[in-house]
Amino acid sequence: MIRTAVTILRKDLAIELRTKESVPAMALFSVTVFVLFHFGLDRDTLDGELASGVLWVTLLLATVIAVSRLFAAEREQGGIEGLLLAPIDRTSLFLAKAAALFLYLLLLELVAVPAFGLLLLGPGLGGALPELVLILLLADVGLAAVGALVAALAAETRARELVVPLLLLPLLVPLLIAGASATEPLLRVAQEAEDLGRWLVLLSLYDLVFVLLSVAVFDFLLED
Amino acid sequence: MYAKGLRPLSIATVVALAAALAMVFFYAPNDADQGFIQKIFYIHVPMAIVALGGFVAAAIMAIKHLRTGDRSWDLRSYVAIHMSIIFGLAVLITGSIWARASWGHWWVWDEPVLVSFLIVFLLYCVYYPLRFSIEDPDRQARYSSVFAIAAGAFVPLNFAAVRLAEAYTHPRVLSQTGGDLPGDMRLTFFVSILAIALLYVTMWKLELTSKRASAQLGRLRRRLEDGIEPPPAQPAGDPTAVGARSASAEPAS
Repeated sequence: MIRTAVTILRKDLAIELRTKESVPAMALFSVTVFVLFHFGLDRDTLDGELASGVLWVTLLLATVIAVSRLFAAEREQGGIEGLLLAPIDRTSLFLAKAAALFLYLLLLELVAVPAFGLLLLGPGLGGALPELVLILLLADVGLAAVGALVAALAAETRARELVVPLLLLPLLVPLLIAGASATEPLLRVAQEAEDLGRWLVLLSLYDLVFVLLSVAVFDFLLED
Repeated sequence: MYAKGLRPLSIATVVALAAALAMVFFYAPNDADQGFIQKIFYIHVPMAIVALGGFVAAAIMAIKHLRTGDRSWDLRSYVAIHMSIIFGLAVLITGSIWARASWGHWWVWDEPVLVSFLIVFLLYCVYYPLRFSIEDPDRQARYSSVFAIAAGAFVPLNFAAVRLAEAYTHPRVLSQTGGDLPGDMRLTFFVSILAIALLYVTMWKLELTSKRASAQLGRLRRRLEDGIEPPPAQPAGDPTAVGARSASAEPAS
């Protein structure tokens, strides 16, 4: 199962490397949204709650792009039949897609977080980096699981472009609450030690529920 | 044949609703600090509980569908979500009225139950575009069930997250349900829950009955049309069939 998942993942990464469709679009989109927030809020620097809210909303919106493109190559080139005819476990397909999304999100954050620090953030990222990395990694697991599930749910519908954001964004609200609340004290001008424990627990719980749920129900999607 | 049990259920609902409303207006005392407006509590809270219960029931029916492959469970799940969304809309409206009357604002962001309910409501609204943009009936049933399960699991998680996000909560009457609610208020509240739950079940059953009856009607109509067309014995105004018959009749004469 892991080997098939790795094979599909390598195929997806090879496609992404050659077409450069998702990740550059996500990165470009996030920087554009930062510029929009600069004008929309009419602020040169942000800190605290506002900074963490802008960062997280931007990351979630960029995730929508990747999720709606997640099955694009298979659908447009007709590879989906081949994938579905192959005698492989659907779980490996889910693992591969979620892992691809996870990697895209990491790459996105490698661009978006420094860009945010450079363009909008007042206090500077330096001191908060280890905690921020931990929060982002935990959030990415949840984003990848929910994203792969939503991508598969929407893959067979006619109103795909409509269903992906409408379905994904409400599902991500708990993740946004936990992520933004955990990040907020890290981005204050006067940093103070704050207990991140309950937010990390909430993020982990979210990850656990949606990874298990997606693995359980993925078999019923993308049948026949 | 589809409406079996609907009549006693409706009668029970009417009786329970009448009893609940009578108790709300004539038996339960006015709330000490909120006055008469607090009576909306006996409609609002039971509706919210029943709507959320309906979402959970829909998830269980969806699991049943995926396990047995019986599409009638998907229909039940769909109708349950449909009814819960209607109840949910009523919950948001009555909640908004209550908030306006007791806190002075139509919408209160630091009331976690209200906010969680809005998020859940928004999520379930996507059920319709998802369901009706899939044409293949089998696939439609399967995808809808997956949605119902994922959303059902999301409901408690979302409530936990929103409650954590609000450092200070003021649930007022809500926290008192069953707790230190005075006896006559509690009794009224439980009768209201029973009445609203019965209303939900009746509406669910009625909608299910109508969906099944119209599906059966469609099947019968198709069978009737198919039954008339193929036999060439009595072609009514069909030129090709007439031509075929005269062609086959000629060599015989």
